Amino acid sequence: MDQLLQLVLAGLATGSIYALAAIGFTLVWQTSQTINFAQGEFVMLPAILVLAAVKFLHLPLPAAVLLATGAFLLLFGFGFKKFLVDPMLRHGVLPLAIATMALSILMKEGAKDGFSAEAQQFPSLVPDGAVNLFGATLSLRDIAIFIVAVVAIVLLQLFVTRTRTGRMMQATAQNPDVAKILGIPTEQMILLTFLINAGLAVLASFLISPIYLAKFSNGEVIGTAAFIAAIVGGFNQVRGALLGGFIVGLVDNLAAAYVSSAYRAAVPLALLVLVILFKPEGLLGRKEERTV
Amino acid sequence: MTPPSPLSRLDLNLLVLLLGAAILWFVPAGMKSYGIYVISFWLVMSIAAMGLNLTLGYAGLKSLAQAAFLGIGAYTTALMTAKGGIAGPVWSWPLAFLASGALTFLAGILLGFPALRVKFHYLAFVTLAFATLMFLIFRNEQWLTGGVYGFPNIPRPTLFGVKLLNDLAFFRFLLVVTLALSVAMWWLLRSPWGRAFMALRENPLRAASLGVNLRSYTLLAFAIGAGYGGFAGALYAPMVEFIDPAPFAISASFVLLLTVVVGGQGYFLGPFLGAAFSYVLPEMLRVTGGYYLLVYAALVLALLLVSPQGLLGLVEKLRERRRVKAAQAMRDASKVMLEARP
Amino acid sequence: MTLTKRSLMLATVALAASLGAAAAQDAVKIVGVVELSGAGATAGTNYKNGAQLAVDEINAAGGILGKKIEFVVYDTQTNPGNTRAAVQRGVDEGAFAIFGPVFSGPIGASMQIAQKAGVPQIVGGEAAGLTKQGVTTLFRTSLNQADAMPKLANYFKDAVKASSVAVVWVNNDFGKGGRDAIIPELQKRGIKIAADIATESGQADFAADAIKVKNANADAVFVYLNEEESARFLRAIKQQGYDKPIVGETTLLGAKVIELAGAAAEGAKGHVGLSVDAPVAGFAEFGKKFQAKFNYKSDHNGIKGYSGMYMLKSVVEKTGKFDKEAFLKAAHGAVIKVKDVPGILIDSKWDDNGDVDRESFLAEVKGGKQVITGTLPPVNKF
Repeated sequence: MDQLLQLVLAGLATGSIYALAAIGFTLVWQTSQTINFAQGEFVMLPAILVLAAVKFLHLPLPAAVLLATGAFLLLFGFGFKKFLVDPMLRHGVLPLAIATMALSILMKEGAKDGFSAEAQQFPSLVPDGAVNLFGATLSLRDIAIFIVAVVAIVLLQLFVTRTRTGRMMQATAQNPDVAKILGIPTEQMILLTFLINAGLAVLASFLISPIYLAKFSNGEVIGTAAFIAAIVGGFNQVRGALLGGFIVGLVDNLAAAYVSSAYRAAVPLALLVLVILFKPEGLLGRKEERTV
Repeated sequence: MTPPSPLSRLDLNLLVLLLGAAILWFVPAGMKSYGIYVISFWLVMSIAAMGLNLTLGYAGLKSLAQAAFLGIGAYTTALMTAKGGIAGPVWSWPLAFLASGALTFLAGILLGFPALRVKFHYLAFVTLAFATLMFLIFRNEQWLTGGVYGFPNIPRPTLFGVKLLNDLAFFRFLLVVTLALSVAMWWLLRSPWGRAFMALRENPLRAASLGVNLRSYTLLAFAIGAGYGGFAGALYAPMVEFIDPAPFAISASFVLLLTVVVGGQGYFLGPFLGAAFSYVLPEMLRVTGGYYLLVYAALVLALLLVSPQGLLGLVEKLRERRRVKAAQAMRDASKVMLEARP
Repeated sequence: MTLTKRSLMLATVALAASLGAAAAQDAVKIVGVVELSGAGATAGTNYKNGAQLAVDEINAAGGILGKKIEFVVYDTQTNPGNTRAAVQRGVDEGAFAIFGPVFSGPIGASMQIAQKAGVPQIVGGEAAGLTKQGVTTLFRTSLNQADAMPKLANYFKDAVKASSVAVVWVNNDFGKGGRDAIIPELQKRGIKIAADIATESGQADFAADAIKVKNANADAVFVYLNEEESARFLRAIKQQGYDKPIVGETTLLGAKVIELAGAAAEGAKGHVGLSVDAPVAGFAEFGKKFQAKFNYKSDHNGIKGYSGMYMLKSVVEKTGKFDKEAFLKAAHGAVIKVKDVPGILIDSKWDDNGDVDRESFLAEVKGGKQVITGTLPPVNKF
């Protein structure tokens, strides 16, 4: 029993990372039909940038964190939209999706060749250690990840529902054409979602890298998990992505423990297929008008 | 001004195909094994990409499972031809070839069903799940596939009683099979079926109203595309003589998709060009040390930004521009002449 | 920075090689086919650097039989197909020997090519099956898993005194090979397998595996993963407050794992084939030279590459000519001793299958360092 509890708790911690990635993914999808195959690499890169700033520019850690965050928001929030999504979107969803695949290879290889092919330690704010909770051992880092991620998501939700800008952003996400007619500066709102996506990726990166170790190939697993989370939860809902993230984290951990460990990678995908076949709008998603 | 009719363009395609095959027959004569291996690899991946091009470029269905189909074909062929095979050494490869195609065709039909329920990106994720599952089966079912240790000693086919051990002989055999499969694809695309596929991509609603049976044509496009993946696998296994799960992983399916788009989806010759870009170019870039994947990815990205329709799209764009320019020049010239006239 | 520099250097070397291959008449070409990217990057980079160090030394001392070594390296991306292409390329370019790869799957995929061409291939792989297939051109630079695992099983029984063991392995040819070799050895000694856990290559999240190991309640856990995964696993299981013996084979106690796992590596123990920390003068000196040149600490793969290159030199000099056939003949059954060839680092014997036999060590991680606690004799005396 305490094994189950432990697995559930560890699953929720991993799931909150997936949720951060999935929410960004969903926002970008909503506002500009971008299926970002580089989403996992978005989570991989900020930690590498921090380490690179420490190593090459000899910055102290806090300055490196600030610089890396700024550079990432500029390059993969603003730049990603301006120089990749905007020019490609005119040609349809597929070329853009393929371009993000190429971008993911580029980011991976860039991190590898420009920084290191090997995993690196990443500093953690939270000390090593564990607490006992109902007879289950729970690491302090897992608890911290969970709390920080949930707080970030709650703040985002408050921003979207309680502030004027947030509501304009939501309106843009739901229907850009109508939003434009209503006089909402949709371009700026779309840019905002890209910046939020990049910001969430930075947060996820800093949270997970102390545990996963910073490495160029780390995005692969996180990227797939984020897709699955976004679709399972509902492609058009922030709440959905949150739920999806937790579900995938849980399923991941329970599958590793209770299903044949050699096949565990298939379990979240099986869940994905079931959702696609029987509830394609996702667990919390709204039905969309679909052609044909 | 009027675009060239699809018919004449396809005839040009056939011409390029036959000419290319004739040249390729002689090209590798002086090459060493490594060079021959690289072009052989290019041909095999071109076949797989050709299948995906039908699925994606003509029928507009996104599949992330082509490398898994390649794997099914390769393992089927390995199982049927290695260690005695099933019907003696002479017939075992041709049978394995057909079985590989048939099996992947069937898998394509089974997997194609979700394509009828869901559209857009969702199909990509269903195929992604399938490809992951296939990879795990290749890796975990050691009793069948050799698992992580791989499947060694896959024999080369025998032709007229001669085993194609020589790399050049095997390459020429490969070339003939590739040509046959390409001509079959060319014929298919020219047939009413092919036109129905294209109608499906351009405007599914209109296609349906014109009496195209959406359901069966979608399935067919998907299954034939998968079948070509299987055929490619049946050639891949004896070419490498050893297979393990790595070349059939998800990332390989991604690269195949990139290949089709880079070459120019929906262009008949696109897969050949794309495969050269994805599989031959990296071998040539090997001298850049560890950087070649970086260079490759940057090139793909740059190409897509310039021309989302891939290399052949770029060619067409340039040709179009030249035509416009020529017309403009002609107009300018006549204008000058008009103005020159007092 | 070192890595960028290194790859740049590599690119230059490769470029120079392709340009000036014909010019170098008085050089002997050795082609490295190594995992510089993908899952095997850590192991491959070490192997290549070790070999490079030996090549530089040998060339500085006048080469082999008066010929300089021209060492060209191709990256395999840890992909069997690419490995085959690279080995084929090396053979076509007239390499006297192929150096690498390190991972066993790519070795299995490429060894037939070297065999067909009669080119010696000096590899870093440990999977038991490689030398069982009658390939006459293959030479190992480290102990076969089938030889290492019985030593480790004895260690579980006699030193750890475990009556049940949880086995965590990485699901690739390396991990599977080790798992398939150790489990029967443990069972033969009356030790129960409490859990048998497969993990993915490149896996990042080991929380579930750690929880499973902890709840298996075995007397010890055997960890057989690649370097980075070992570090992640150690961190994950320490987070669970695990306090039973954590035992590994060579990789778990490597410098890279200790660096990455930090305090979590403390107390890990097991069997080590080659180690710069072993109480062997040659290893320590190699470790210093390696550190000075590449600015980081070599693991066992660096030693493999270095000593492998000296094995090549020693055998060629024994035959007195650059003749592949003569090399193969002389290398099978070769006994190379440190007093004759210091670069071999430890007395070694190659048998008719290309397997190598030598002493090995028991070690433990103490105070952030690998400490050798004992020395085990070779499997067969020589």
